[in-house]
Formats: sequence, structure tokens, C-alpha cells
Amino acid sequence: MAGLATAFGSGAMSNSMADVANYAASLLVIGSNTTEQHPVFGSMIRRAVRTRGLKVVVADPRRIDLVEVSVLHLRHQPGTDIALINGLMNIILEKGWEDQEFIADRTEGFDAFKAVVLKYTPEVVSEITGVPIEMLYQAAEILACNKPMAVIWAMGITQHTTGVRNVMDLANLQMLLGNMGVAGGGVNPLRGQNNVQGACDMGGLPNVYPAYQAVTIDAVRERFEAAWGAPMSPKVGLTVTEMIPAALEDKIRALYILGEDPVMSDPDVNHLKHCLEMCDFVLLQDIFPTETAQYADVLLPGVSFAEKTGTFTNTERRIQLVRKAIDPIGQAREDWRIISELAQRVLAEGKRQIGEAPYAGWDYAHSSEILAEVNALTPSYAGATWERLERGETFQWPVPNSGHGGTPILHIGKFARGKGLFAPIEDAPPAEMPDAEYPMFLNTGRVLYHYHGGAMTRRAKGLMEIYGQTRIEINPEDAQKMGLDGKQRLRVISRRGQIEAEAWITDRVPPGMVFGNFHFPADQNVNLLTNRALDPTAKIPEYKVCAVRVEVV
Amino acid sequence: MGKQITITVDGKQIAAQDGQTILSVAQSAGVRIPTLCYHRDLTPTGNCRICVVEVEKQRFLQAACVFPVADGMVIHTASERVRKSRGRTLELMLANHPQDCLVCDASSGSCELQDLAYEYQVTVPEWGSKGKRYIVDSDPNPFVRVDFNKCILCRRCVLACAEIQGRHVWNVAYRGFDEKIVAGPGVTMLEARCESCGQCAAYCPTGALSDSMSHAVARAHQVKKVMTTCTYCGVGCQYDLNVKDGRVVQVTSNPDAPVNGMALCVKGRYGYDFIHHPDRLTQPKVRRYLLEGSARPRDRGEWVDVDWDTALNIAAAKLRSARDTYGPDSVGVLTSAKCLNEENYLMNKFSRQVIGTNNIDHCARL
Repeated sequence: MAGLATAFGSGAMSNSMADVANYAASLLVIGSNTTEQHPVFGSMIRRAVRTRGLKVVVADPRRIDLVEVSVLHLRHQPGTDIALINGLMNIILEKGWEDQEFIADRTEGFDAFKAVVLKYTPEVVSEITGVPIEMLYQAAEILACNKPMAVIWAMGITQHTTGVRNVMDLANLQMLLGNMGVAGGGVNPLRGQNNVQGACDMGGLPNVYPAYQAVTIDAVRERFEAAWGAPMSPKVGLTVTEMIPAALEDKIRALYILGEDPVMSDPDVNHLKHCLEMCDFVLLQDIFPTETAQYADVLLPGVSFAEKTGTFTNTERRIQLVRKAIDPIGQAREDWRIISELAQRVLAEGKRQIGEAPYAGWDYAHSSEILAEVNALTPSYAGATWERLERGETFQWPVPNSGHGGTPILHIGKFARGKGLFAPIEDAPPAEMPDAEYPMFLNTGRVLYHYHGGAMTRRAKGLMEIYGQTRIEINPEDAQKMGLDGKQRLRVISRRGQIEAEAWITDRVPPGMVFGNFHFPADQNVNLLTNRALDPTAKIPEYKVCAVRVEVV
Repeated sequence: MGKQITITVDGKQIAAQDGQTILSVAQSAGVRIPTLCYHRDLTPTGNCRICVVEVEKQRFLQAACVFPVADGMVIHTASERVRKSRGRTLELMLANHPQDCLVCDASSGSCELQDLAYEYQVTVPEWGSKGKRYIVDSDPNPFVRVDFNKCILCRRCVLACAEIQGRHVWNVAYRGFDEKIVAGPGVTMLEARCESCGQCAAYCPTGALSDSMSHAVARAHQVKKVMTTCTYCGVGCQYDLNVKDGRVVQVTSNPDAPVNGMALCVKGRYGYDFIHHPDRLTQPKVRRYLLEGSARPRDRGEWVDVDWDTALNIAAAKLRSARDTYGPDSVGVLTSAKCLNEENYLMNKFSRQVIGTNNIDHCARL
């Protein structure tokens, strides 16, 4: 998000899934296990390969399923994405495959960028990444000579201490090749959860109001103060990765957590639990007593998606209706009702007074009334009205007015910031590398059958029947060295904790790497091991690389 | 597409383009030709012979789904010869079809074979084979119920798996009367690398492949379908929640879904039973120390079920007190990438207006 915002002025998926599947001539999949994490899009890609010969290049240390339909698999070392991308761009420049017209007309900062890229010769890059020189040339040719080329990625790119710079380098690549603002091209970060995009769009971030309007800009803040009838803070707030640890220093005294399960999903869980223990008051609103509930003081029962009406925004910025199918279970209430009730009660007394203002109130009878408020205060959602959605329309924002049909492709003709900004990006190693004591890489992620912290999918019988416990992926070479026969359990130990789980001996992981997931609680959760080292800008933890030692139990 | 031509269908002149099939021309002109193995999402194979039509100057009846039109072609879609052929084809399909429509999941609305049998008033012939040839529910996959006794060898499952999912689990094996659908080289679905997306069951026109979780749970007319957006990943698939007596009993594809059409993944189609899981929180809870007004024990102490007013008042008082005692920035708000836009908007308003802090975030980073 931050990376794309720097390069283009807007940090969302630039194109649509159908557009990539229908019009891309080649596709770079880097740090996205698409068929498992975005399965229906994954199957669209497989279909495009089969029906119209889409050329897929996968860059991933793991042999993910998409490798089967790819023309090339670049199996680079973990945390060497920048070197790899710079290496490809170096070859593109060497061969003269760059889009000079696009660079001249629509970008700035090219010369400083080029100076850095020229240092990343195939020899240097091959040394850093472990990818043979010949394969670098093949990849560059496939991606540069089959246009339009789309790039898709997910957390494999962002969950590094260099996450933002990884993204900026992919933006560099797409500007270099002139693949922005065209069907079948673009920069396409796939959002991991159903409504991550919407949560960001709606101002669920410490630095922006809805539609990415910065809290630090006076004019913006004054507009929201006028709308909501209260003075507001001009100071950027804390991110989740800063907020919870701030409880240790008594900076955070109370937490209100809606539908999140940090004990499962945050890095270095042992440390996190300690922080939650120290927090004076934790209010948790969820549908299950999650692992985080142990650290809560009040538990409010919200409802599942089947019990409420409103909208979600998918990864391609598409605003769609969610329709209530059943009544809330037991005494559970729609979450928007709970938030409203709580707001009214907090405001009923105390130091903070709310003045008369058009949107100061909390008296909503239906979620459509909230959407009307969103339409009024969120320029990119202005035309996505309840009436239109009810009629069956869906839109990809920006939808600036009620006559607008939405925007499937961003950056056509012009970037949000005007000219696209090339940034010189240098390679940097991960925060923690294997050493004598912890000799292997740990990579983490999700599997097809489970979802995030697993609170929902571990309560789905059939999913548990197929995938009922954590399995640590380990390469056959390493397994053989350790004398594994496929039946023993593994103990994986990092500087921060240890887990025990079943081994899955598979060449999905390269030698020297193990892979685990964070779907299962207690001593099966890889987040006991992960490193809370953060990207300095986006504050994303480095889930994808840390050092571990593996033992047979 | 080729040049404009004109054909005659049931006495009506219809404009068409060279290269179109008879079926596609008929459909665009509003002439209904019954189909069974044909599905608009899949490559036509012409193997079931239900869509046969009479084409003048052609010796045999032709399958409309694959036969290309030509200028001046004269077609009869419902002649006596055509209707008789379709009836006979149906009779052959029913001859070795189990007669358990009374208890079949498909028979209450999703059985296209039954629809056609009804339309053509064909019953199971006296001379048909009796008894089952295959084990019912023969595959251990927890989501897809396999009963090849009901298979009419239309191959939609084979095509759906290959063309929609791109996984190639299903194949056709053996010849003649022994012909049947197999997973991989005759192994279980999961062994054949099935991803349990259920596309095969969604496209099956009979009860041969159906959803295990909703087996014997509801008949079509007892169910209310509500189109909604999936709760799992960011793709944003839409589908129908099938509701019976206030419970979600099945997820079915809705072909009008803008992103995904009929396609869904295993979590979207079959991961819905968490909704009614007994672990669901159904009552507000607070820790006992909060009710007693005592100091917080280190482990926070035991939970007590309370009514909404009690829980909300305690929560509001605690948040207000932190705000007023230590300042707005002593409160942190985590909103949810699982919740609605409207709810995320409210959480943003709650933090900034009610508390006065920008300490709001969610798990986009995680």
C-alpha cells in the first residue's frame, strides 16, 4: 500500500482479476500462492494458461501449485526479491526492452533509478538470489516481450522488513515496461481477507480518514471535524504492531478489538501475550471465544456475515452487497449495532462533548444509513449508493458520483500523483538470517483449507477432516539428513519460541527451508517462532523469513 | 465469427453468423432446445443426444450444441421424429438409473434429468436393469457425495474440473456399458489431487455428484436462497446461502456472480458450518472482578454471562475512563478486515470522534 502510494499516489490493485485473466500476455507471480490463498482467481489463471496460452513466471522460494502451469520458476533465496527484480530490470535495460515513450511521458526519477539498477548485473544477482544467470535472461525476455504483462503478489512480497521497497521495485518494473494503465497489465497486490480493502478504504488505518484522506492535513481534518462535530487529533496513530506492545509502557491502557485474533495472527506470540496481559482493559467483540478471549475483560457477541447486511470491497476494489440470510444467533447482535450502542454510551457522559453536526449522531436503524454517510464523506465511494447496489449493480472504486459506473483500471493516461515516480531501491538482507545455532529458514503462510487464525475454519468439520493440524513442510534432502521417515513429529525452535507438529516431506520447500502456518492454536502456531522485526514504513512484520532449528521429537 | 447468413428454424427465418452452432442461434432467437450435457460455461461435446434436431438434407438427427449452421439451413427443433428420439434417449438413460427420486437430493429441483423426463413424460422402462452397479457415496471426500449409479456420462464434471478449476481430477474410463467416470487413474478424489471446490457437483445435472454436507437436509421448495458475498479471501465471490428454518444448510453457485460465476473454492462452498457451531458466542460476558468492582486479577478471573446493558455500560465506562484519565491516545482500536465497510467506517468514527485518537488499525499488515 505505502509502496504503491509513493510510486503512483494510490495504493490499491490497479487492474481487475478478469482483466488479468483475459488480457495479460504474461504474468509475474511473486510472493502469492494464488491457487491456495485466492483459489478462484488461481483457477482463472490456470484457465487462461490452458485456453489462451498466458505465460506465467513464478518467483517463489516454494514450488507452489501454480508452478505446474508456469513456463518458468525462479526459486530465489528468501528475502532477495529486490535483487531479483533489479536483476530482471538490468537485463531489460541491457536488451533495450524498456518502454522509452512511457518513461519519458509519464514518469520521473528514471536516471537515479537506472544508476542503481545498473549495479545489479546478472552475475551479482545470481550470486545473491541463487537463480542461474540463464534463467534470469529467460525470465526477463518472457516478461518484457509478452505484453501486456501483469504482476500479482500478496504477503510474500510485503511481509518482509523490506516490504514497502519490494513493492516500489515492482512498481519500477511495471513503469519500465509501460504496463501501467492498460488492460492486462498493472500492479496487483491481492488482499488476503474478504474486506481488507474496505477496512483500509473506510479509514481503519492510523494515518487516514476514509478514502485515504490524511489526518495530518488541516483541511481534511477540519472537514471531518465539521461532519462529526468534535475536534480531532492531527497526530498519526499507532499501527497494530506498535499498539499492542505500547501496553507494556502504559501508553495504551485500553484496547477495543473487533473481529481480530492477534494471539493467532501477530508475530512473536509469547511477547504479544505478555503485552495483552499488561493491558488494563481489553474489550473483544467477536463471534467465537477466540484465543485472544483469554486476555479480554468484556466479550461482546457479534455476528457472522450470514447474519448482517452491508457491503464488502474485494481485492479489485469492487463494492458488493452482503445480504442477511438468517437472524443473529442467540443474543448476538449485528456488529454495527454494537459499535453504535457503545459509542452512544461512551458519549453519554465524560469530558468529550460532541457538537451539532450533520454526521455527529449514532442513531442508525439500518446499515444503509451508514453507507449513505460513507457516500457523503468518502469521495471514491460517493456514487456507490444503497439504491444502486440493491438493484444488483457492483462497482470498482473510484465511483465519484451516482452516474458513474466505476473504474476497473486505475492510472489510465495519468497517475494519481501526476507522474509515476521511479525509486532507486537497494537490496537488503532480512532481519534474521540462519546461522550455526538456527541453521534453517522458516517461511510462513496459509493453506487452502484454512483461513487466517483459523477461528472459522477450525470449526468447519470437513475442512478439519482434510487438514486437521499444522504440518511443517520440509524438503526430502533435509528429511533424509535428519533420518525422518514421515511419521515422526518435528520440533521447530527459534529465538522466540518453539512449536511441535507433523512433518510433511515435500519438495514444495527448497532444502534449508521449512514452512508452517498459523491456523492452529497453542504449540502448533508458527507465530510463536516469527520475528516481530518491522518494515520501517508499513510496520509489517517479517513473517516470511526467520531462522530456526529443526529437531525430531 | 463469419459472415451474416439466414437459416430457418421451425418455419421462422433467423439471422445468424457463419460458424455459430444451431443451439446458440436458437437461444439468441428465443427458440428453446432442451439440453443435458451442454452447459454454457463448458465446451460442448454433443454426447448426450438430447439437443438433437432435424436438419433438412441431413440423413441423421444432429446435436444442436455442436452442429454449425450454414446459409439456407432448414431446421426443425420439435418435430415428431425429434421428440421421439429425445424420449428414447431419456428412456435409455433411465433404464439403468436408480429409482430413488423420493430420497434423492437432486430430485427436488436440481435434477435436469428429472425435468426432461417430466417434460417428455418418460418413465423408467420395464425392461431396465435393476439394482445398483456402484457403491453409493463411494468416495471418502468429506464434501462431494459420489453415487455413480445416477451418472448419465454427460462429462460435465470432467469438463468443469478441467476447464473451470483447471485440476483434471475426473476422467472417463472403460468402454461400452462399463464406461464410467473415475478420479485420476481410478483412485479417490483427494488422491487424484482434488481441491474439493465442488465445481463438479455444481455442474452435475443429476444426483451423481452432490454436496455431502446438505445430503438429506432440505428439499428445494423448503429453502430460501439469499445471494451474498463470501466471508473468506479477498476475491469477493458471490453465491447463494440456502436457508431452511433459520439455518444455513447449503451454499450454491449463483451464475450471476460478477467475479466468479459458478466457480467457488472449498472454503466458500463448504466452509459455512462455523456459522452454527456450538462455540458461537451467544451472550455478552464480563469478568467477575468488573461486576464486583474489585481489582483485576492477573489472569483476569472467571467469566460471567450478563445482559447487553450491563456489558455495554461496563465497556463504555472503561473506555471513557481511559480516555478521560490518560488521554485519548491511551485507547487503541483494532477494526476488522472481516467486517462490513459500514462497520469499519463506524470503528474509524468511533476512534476519531468518540475517543479522539488515530490509534486505529486492522490486520492488513498481518
